[in-house]
Amino acid sequence: MTRMANRTNPAGNVIHTIDLSKHFDAVRAVDELTVAIPKTGITSIVGPNGSGKSTFVNLLSGTLPIDGGIVIIDGVGLRVVKAHESPQHGVTRTFQEVRLFDQISAWDNIMVVLTERRLLPSLFERLRPAHREKAERILMEVGMWERREAMAGELSYGQRKLLEIGRAMAMDAQTYLFDEPFAGLFPQMLERVKEIVIRMRDEGHTLIFISHNMDIVRELPDHLIVLDSGKLLTQGEVHEVLSRDEVIEAYLGE
Amino acid sequence: MTTLPQTLREWPRADIERVATVFVLGWAVAFMLWQGTGFTVTLMTVFAIWAILAVSLNLVVGFTGLLSVGHIGFFGIGAYTMAILASDASYDQLRTEAIPTPGWPFFAALPIAVALAGLVALGVGIVFNRFRDDIFVLVSFGFAIIAFSFFLNLREITRGAFGIHEIPRPAFGSWVLDGEVEFLVFALICLALVVLVCWLIVTSSFGRVLTAIREDEEAIAVFGYRVTHFKLAVWVLSAMMAGLAGALFASWTSFIDPNSFILLESMLLIAIVILGGLATIWGSLLGAMAFVLLEEGMRFLPFLPAEFVGQARQVVLGVLLVLLMLFRPQGLVGRYKL
Repeated sequence: MTRMANRTNPAGNVIHTIDLSKHFDAVRAVDELTVAIPKTGITSIVGPNGSGKSTFVNLLSGTLPIDGGIVIIDGVGLRVVKAHESPQHGVTRTFQEVRLFDQISAWDNIMVVLTERRLLPSLFERLRPAHREKAERILMEVGMWERREAMAGELSYGQRKLLEIGRAMAMDAQTYLFDEPFAGLFPQMLERVKEIVIRMRDEGHTLIFISHNMDIVRELPDHLIVLDSGKLLTQGEVHEVLSRDEVIEAYLGE
Repeated sequence: MTTLPQTLREWPRADIERVATVFVLGWAVAFMLWQGTGFTVTLMTVFAIWAILAVSLNLVVGFTGLLSVGHIGFFGIGAYTMAILASDASYDQLRTEAIPTPGWPFFAALPIAVALAGLVALGVGIVFNRFRDDIFVLVSFGFAIIAFSFFLNLREITRGAFGIHEIPRPAFGSWVLDGEVEFLVFALICLALVVLVCWLIVTSSFGRVLTAIREDEEAIAVFGYRVTHFKLAVWVLSAMMAGLAGALFASWTSFIDPNSFILLESMLLIAIVILGGLATIWGSLLGAMAFVLLEEGMRFLPFLPAEFVGQARQVVLGVLLVLLMLFRPQGLVGRYKL
């Protein structure tokens, strides 16, 4: 990890990017993006398809390497974010196309992120009651306790979404990046995910989610980041942003 | 209406495990009773060596999802290390290739054989770590071929095609395990230790991470795991166990040449692991037993001339492998489909 001088963060932003860029050949998926994400509350990232929302989240979690610019996470400036170091920055995530460990049980999908991360100690670690209690609590919270023995690949789409959120919750991170957590859910499942997100916010976590569902975007987040063609269109408090002309024209106009 | 292939695919693991266990063990016992003690001892020794290879390979293939066809290379490194260090043949009096033979005792050469297999695996693994899926199969294939050509062509050390003779049996002080039964007991103890170590590995937190790496290595990295370190560690551990099997094999046969370490043996090994089932230790034991029974059993088929036995077993295993991939890709008692 490349550390720059520690910066204090008077605005209380948990994530701050400066000129963050990612290009795929000629396509500038994320183009000199400078945004600030407040530590408190829920931030939603919106924008048309191909506007760079998922790429932005992939850069923050180290899933994709950064091509240019800086990410400041909790006051630490980084030019390189390594995926396996993202938990140390207090960041965890879910994926747009749910990525569970399909051929192991729902229980083990949670357990695998609760146990020892260092190589040698992990060889000698057996499950402790504390591990089991935490896995049980999380599976209960996301309503997957009954299905704990099932292989993750056998679960329904909604159950997989919930299990993936549970796996992220098990990380006890400060910041959660949820890539389209509401997409494709039945109303009942959608309500459950909403409840989880609100509860996590109330517990003091930072939630950042990508969504296309404008009802949810009007209702849930406190802050909004609007992207268009990899660039920042606007950012700020939700209702204020949603009333701006350029947002209405560019994104909500239809 | 469910078709037969569907039934086979969805037949519950526990049921298949019970049926397969009873079938293979029953077959083994019947065979042994029919053929008598001497045969039983040979069969079981061959089984012990193949089982160590199969169980250790399953760590890499079944649990971590790296389809390696290079396992035989580490088996060969273990065997050759044992042969060179422990052989007490005095080749300088022969007209064939002479190699230095320090004539170490078995138990002095054994740790070197295991460590060397691990060391080579470490070097190879650092290079292989960037590969996965089909590319990994290809590079591991390359490793098996390179290892074989070393055994064949590095004549100053391996005597090439002449092979190495007079590899001693294990000895505790003056008690040499010369008898076949004594050696069998020793081999079974080694197998038991390997099974225990593998069981401890796959039931540890480390083992769970391996299965997650197999499923999605990019995703597990986001949760704070250094995937390359875990893959390298299991690769080296598995190679060390193959090295142990090689050392046992060299000492048991007392003579080795490169022909025991050809790529085909690696393929048979993969067939055993898949036949028994991926990501299960018990499956690999069953697979190894079924393989040994098939191999030895075909010798007694009255209509099969002796010189075709070798080829016939390859045909049977090849056909079995294709049938398995078609109808039960996770193998008999497997927990993972390729």
